[in-house]
Amino acid sequence: MKLIDVVNFAWGSLRGSVTRTLLMMLAMSIGVASVVVLTGLGDGARNYVINQFSSLGTNLLIVFPGRTETAGIGPGMLLGQIPREISLDDAQALLRSRAIGRIVPMTVGSSQISHDALNREVVVLGSSSEMLEVRHMSLAQGQFLPAGDIHSSESVCVLGAKIRRELFGQEPVIGAWVRLGDRRFRVIGTMASQGESMGFNTDEIVIIPVASAHMLFNTSGLFRILVEAKSRDAIEPAKHDAEEILFRRHNGERDVTVITQDAVLATFDRILRALTLAVGGIAAISLSVAGILIMNVMLIAVSQRIKEIGLLKALGAPAAQIRNLFFVEAILLSGIGSVMGLILGEIGVWVIAQIYPSLPVAAPWWAVLAALGTSLGTGILFSVWPARRAAKLDPVMALARS
Amino acid sequence: MIELSQVSRSFMVGDQQVAALRGIDLSIAAGDYVSIMGPSGSGKSTLLNLIGLLDRPTSGTYRLDDGNVTDLDDEQQAKVRSNKIGFVFQAFHLVPRLTAAMNIELPLILAGIPPAERKERVMQLLENYGLADRADHRPDQLSGGQRQRVAIARATSMHPAVLLADEPTGNLDQATGKEVMNLLEQLVAQQVTLIVVTHDPAIGGRAARQLHMVDGQFIGETRRGT
Repeated sequence: MKLIDVVNFAWGSLRGSVTRTLLMMLAMSIGVASVVVLTGLGDGARNYVINQFSSLGTNLLIVFPGRTETAGIGPGMLLGQIPREISLDDAQALLRSRAIGRIVPMTVGSSQISHDALNREVVVLGSSSEMLEVRHMSLAQGQFLPAGDIHSSESVCVLGAKIRRELFGQEPVIGAWVRLGDRRFRVIGTMASQGESMGFNTDEIVIIPVASAHMLFNTSGLFRILVEAKSRDAIEPAKHDAEEILFRRHNGERDVTVITQDAVLATFDRILRALTLAVGGIAAISLSVAGILIMNVMLIAVSQRIKEIGLLKALGAPAAQIRNLFFVEAILLSGIGSVMGLILGEIGVWVIAQIYPSLPVAAPWWAVLAALGTSLGTGILFSVWPARRAAKLDPVMALARS
Repeated sequence: MIELSQVSRSFMVGDQQVAALRGIDLSIAAGDYVSIMGPSGSGKSTLLNLIGLLDRPTSGTYRLDDGNVTDLDDEQQAKVRSNKIGFVFQAFHLVPRLTAAMNIELPLILAGIPPAERKERVMQLLENYGLADRADHRPDQLSGGQRQRVAIARATSMHPAVLLADEPTGNLDQATGKEVMNLLEQLVAQQVTLIVVTHDPAIGGRAARQLHMVDGQFIGETRRGT
């Protein structure tokens, strides 16, 4: 029997019973599609959490004044002292460490902002030009704070997306002047709308140079220093260096706290791992459901055709040929069913992505491969295996079955 | 050309051994027209299935064309069936999804005959059996007589030496049955060995050699014209 005839015959028997074929393909494609959609959802949830963290920036350390001790009360507290503040020079001194790449000093205060007759209360963030990249923020218009001397207090500001909308509406904003407290600032840029990121809404802030913020709020201390380590491996040395440098600059007092993003991430690592396991579990369950579904449909379909197998034998087909016919038929059926399922699943994923745009839904490649493998595997196994058994029967036995 | 010696066949029914054939000796020459008659359960269909290599004897030997075919493996058996034996069943056993022409073509496809030759042979068979205008009809669109004619055309498509018919008229009315028998008998004229199993004396009586069976044994033989 020639291959083309085998394929034709197999295709003919699929087309010969349209309902059965469609039902089997439906079972198969629902199996594959459910794996694709479920793992897509699970992995999307996992990626969502990861993205939330990386939107903070990568390889970050956070330095802030004061030290949280669990071992009793420091002597300074008894005297009513507040911890020594971190100055801009302290921040710049951190750059001496070889493990530290960039630093972003931050001062935060709130102030009245006004433009023409409009005014509102805003959070004012004093920072430096590095902030844009270190925090992975993006501009909508104009430019960010100018690079250069960190001590220069230029009167420029960058507006958050919502502030810009409320104060200026559709008016051009670059080059306009706003009043912050008792000073006037020229707008040089606006931030792209990014929404809330780890509880910090960048749409509702105004960013000015850190030195200007110190003058505006009449302080000299920093609220935070974001420190970017040069690499992931440099995070621990950077932490150590930062602590040592500030220890020496603060006359041998350990009065700052340095936390690593990793410390935060480590807490969430367990959550992430649980999520990964959950995705794997979801995939395994939907795969086995799909596999059993396909198995049943195939077993029933073949047992209905034992008589046909007997006839083929009576007409001179050896068992091997019958196995071939069923094998090719199973490949055609499972192949088409799986591809249909894949398309169905991707459509499902697309629909979910439209409904929840913030969730990065996408089926991981291993789940897609496993889904295809399972459906093809079970489809072929559970049609060839019973067909094989039927082909071993003496034709008269097979013909007698009805 | 067909030589059975001491052939027995028994089945397990539940835990009981039931003998369907008991030590059958039979020899049929090429071109013979033989009918096997007997009541139902006499073992005549079992005998026919054994001759057609659809079943295996429990004991005894079967020689076909001077070769022992008793212990052939599956593939060799299939080859013998494909090249030498044609079947006509009571229930026709046509593949419902295939057209008349495709049903006739089936043994040719299984034997790996090139498409051009297949087409030619199928056209010829359709013509011979008066089915030319039914070529594209599926079995459920054909009458009983037409279905059996398709089955006979299919059985003869590989030019078998032996044609085995198990109650070929069992599902047909008398007139159509006669028509089908005429077609089968035409093949005998072409040197095909025809073996017909039936419980109907009117059908069986047409054969040149008539074997009577009861309880898995021959109880007599009649020859026409003697």
